Amino acid sequence: MTLAEKILAAHTGRKKVFPGEFLNVKVDLILANDVTAPIAIKEFRKLGVRRVFNPNKIVMVPDHFTPNKDIASAEQVKIMREFSLEQGVLYFEIGRMGIEHVLLPEQGLVLPGDVVIGADSHTCTYGALGAFATGMGSTDIASAMATGDIWMKVPPTIKLVYHGSLRKWVGGKDLILYTIGDIGVDGALYSAIEFTGEAIDTLSLDGRFTMANMAIEAGAKAGLFRVDNKTQLYIKNRARREYKVYEPGENGEYSRVIEYDVSSLEPQVALPHSPANTCPVSEVGDIAIDQVVIGSCTNGRIDDLQIAAQILKNRKVSPNVRCIVIPGSQEVYQDAINRELVSIFIKAGAAISTPTCGPCLGGHMGILASNERCLATTNRNFVGRMGSPRSEVYLSNPAVAAASAVAGRIVNPDQLKNENLSTGS
Amino acid sequence: MLKGRVHKYGANVDTDAIIPARYLNVSEPPELAIHCMEDIDSKFVDVVEKGDIIMATTNFGCGSSREHAPLSIKASGISCVIAKTFARIFFRNAINIGLPLLECERAVDETEDGDILEVDLSNGKIKNLTRDRLFIASPYPDFMMDLISSGGLIDFTKKRLSTRRL
Repeated sequence: MTLAEKILAAHTGRKKVFPGEFLNVKVDLILANDVTAPIAIKEFRKLGVRRVFNPNKIVMVPDHFTPNKDIASAEQVKIMREFSLEQGVLYFEIGRMGIEHVLLPEQGLVLPGDVVIGADSHTCTYGALGAFATGMGSTDIASAMATGDIWMKVPPTIKLVYHGSLRKWVGGKDLILYTIGDIGVDGALYSAIEFTGEAIDTLSLDGRFTMANMAIEAGAKAGLFRVDNKTQLYIKNRARREYKVYEPGENGEYSRVIEYDVSSLEPQVALPHSPANTCPVSEVGDIAIDQVVIGSCTNGRIDDLQIAAQILKNRKVSPNVRCIVIPGSQEVYQDAINRELVSIFIKAGAAISTPTCGPCLGGHMGILASNERCLATTNRNFVGRMGSPRSEVYLSNPAVAAASAVAGRIVNPDQLKNENLSTGS
Repeated sequence: MLKGRVHKYGANVDTDAIIPARYLNVSEPPELAIHCMEDIDSKFVDVVEKGDIIMATTNFGCGSSREHAPLSIKASGISCVIAKTFARIFFRNAINIGLPLLECERAVDETEDGDILEVDLSNGKIKNLTRDRLFIASPYPDFMMDLISSGGLIDFTKKRLSTRRL
C-alpha cells in the first residue's frame, strides 16, 4: 500500500484498502476558520446533538479576516468564539494565533500518521509531517464534529520523485510551482501525492510545508512526505501525545510515477491567472510591480522570512513598491524579532503585520486596485484573488519576492547587484 | 425533472470566480447569491432564472473549500451543474448541501450557451431540447446515491446517529 492507503487503512480498522473504495474514516483532528466555521456551526446545530464528539480534537482559528476588518466579519468570529467556549474546543484568540496551517504543526496538534480534516482547502499542508490531511467543506466538518469520523473515497496515489540538488534561491515553492506547471491545476485531481527523492530529503520542514500546502493547486486530495530525521526533530519538543509513523510499502501501487531532475531548475514564477501558468524567473520578461506580499500559509514561516531578510538587509524597497511582510504566527513573529529580521524589514521600508491570511484571499491588509500588479509568496493568482478583478497576481518564492521588491520589477535575486545596497543606516 | 437555460463556462472555474472571497464576511446564502459568478460573468445574476443550469468543461469549482460557492449557486436559482469533471472539495460540498451535479462529457461538448435542457436526476438523462439530443450522465456510486437520497450529509448523519443510539 502507498503511504496514504496505509494511514487510511489504520483509521478504518482495515488491513488493506483500495483506491476508489468508500470508507468511514476516524479523524484525529478537525479544523475550521472564521470563514468556514459559522456555516459548520449552523449545520452542526441541525444534527440534534448537544456536544461535539471530543473537544480536544477540534480546533477553531480566526485567521482570514482578522483582526476583524469590519462588523460583518466580527460577527462571524463571534459565532465561532461563542461556540468554542460553549463546547470547550481549542480556540486561538488574536494575539495568540497564527495562520491555521502555520499554527497547528507548531503547536504539536498535528503529528505523523494522523488523519486531519479541515474546512480549508490548504489543510493538505500537514502532509509534510507524514499525516493524511485534506480540505473539506463546512457541512463535512459539522458532521465530523458530531461523529468523529467522515466519509472518504480512497484516492489513487501519484508518486513524484525529485532527483538532484537544488541551486541557490531554489526551494520548495519552486518545486511545487514547477510541478503544477507540468501536470496542471487538475493534474492530481482526486489523487494523493507522495513527494520523494533526494532533493526532498534536503528540504527543510518549512520547504516541505510549502510543497504539501500547494498540492491542492494541482487538484490533489492530499500531499504526503515520509517521516525522516528532520521531521522527528521538528516534532520532538512539540508532540504531547503518542503518534505512529507509517512507511509506504515496497509494493505500493501508484497510478502514476513522475521523475524530475531538478539540478538545473531556476526559481519559478506563476503568471496570472493560474498557479499552473509557470515559467522560470529569467523568462518572465520586464514586469513592473506595485506590491509584494511575503507571508501566507504557503510561505509565512521562519525560513521564508529569513531568506527574504537576507536579501533585504541593507537594501531599500523600491519607491514604487509597497512591500508587506506577514509572519505566519506569533511564534514566527517572535522568532523573527529574536533574529533581528523585523528591523531589517522596517529599515528596508517594508510594512510588517500581525499574522493574518489578509491579502492572500483579497480579504484586507493589502488589497489591489484595478490595473495593479502584485508579486506574492501566496498560493493562488486567480482573477480578483487579491482585490480588483482587473488586478494581477504573480506567485514566487520569498527570495524572488524580496529581490523584486527592491528592483521594482520581477527579478532573480542574483540580478540584484551590490549597488542596490544602501549605505549607512 | 429539472428544466432550464444553460449558462456555459470553460475550464477551471475557481471558487473565487464563483463567489469572490471579499464577500465571505457573511455566510447567508441569499446574500452570497447577489455576487455569484461576479468576476467572470457580471451579467449572470441579472439574467439567471430559477431552474437554469450551469455548464462547464473540466475541474469546475477548483480552489478553496468555501461551501459558500455551491450555496451561492443554489441560492441564485440554479437547479444543477453539469461538467466534464469537478474539483474534489466542490463536489463534496455540492452533494452535501443538495446541489445536484452531473458529469457528462458529451453533453458539455454538444451543448451551447443558452440551450434549453431537461434533466432527470433519477436516471441521469440530459435532454437538449434546443438541439433534440439525449445524453446520459455518469451514474453515482451506491454510497453517494444513499447520501443524496437521504437529502444531503446532515440528514444522512442524523440517521446514522439515531441508529447508533438505539
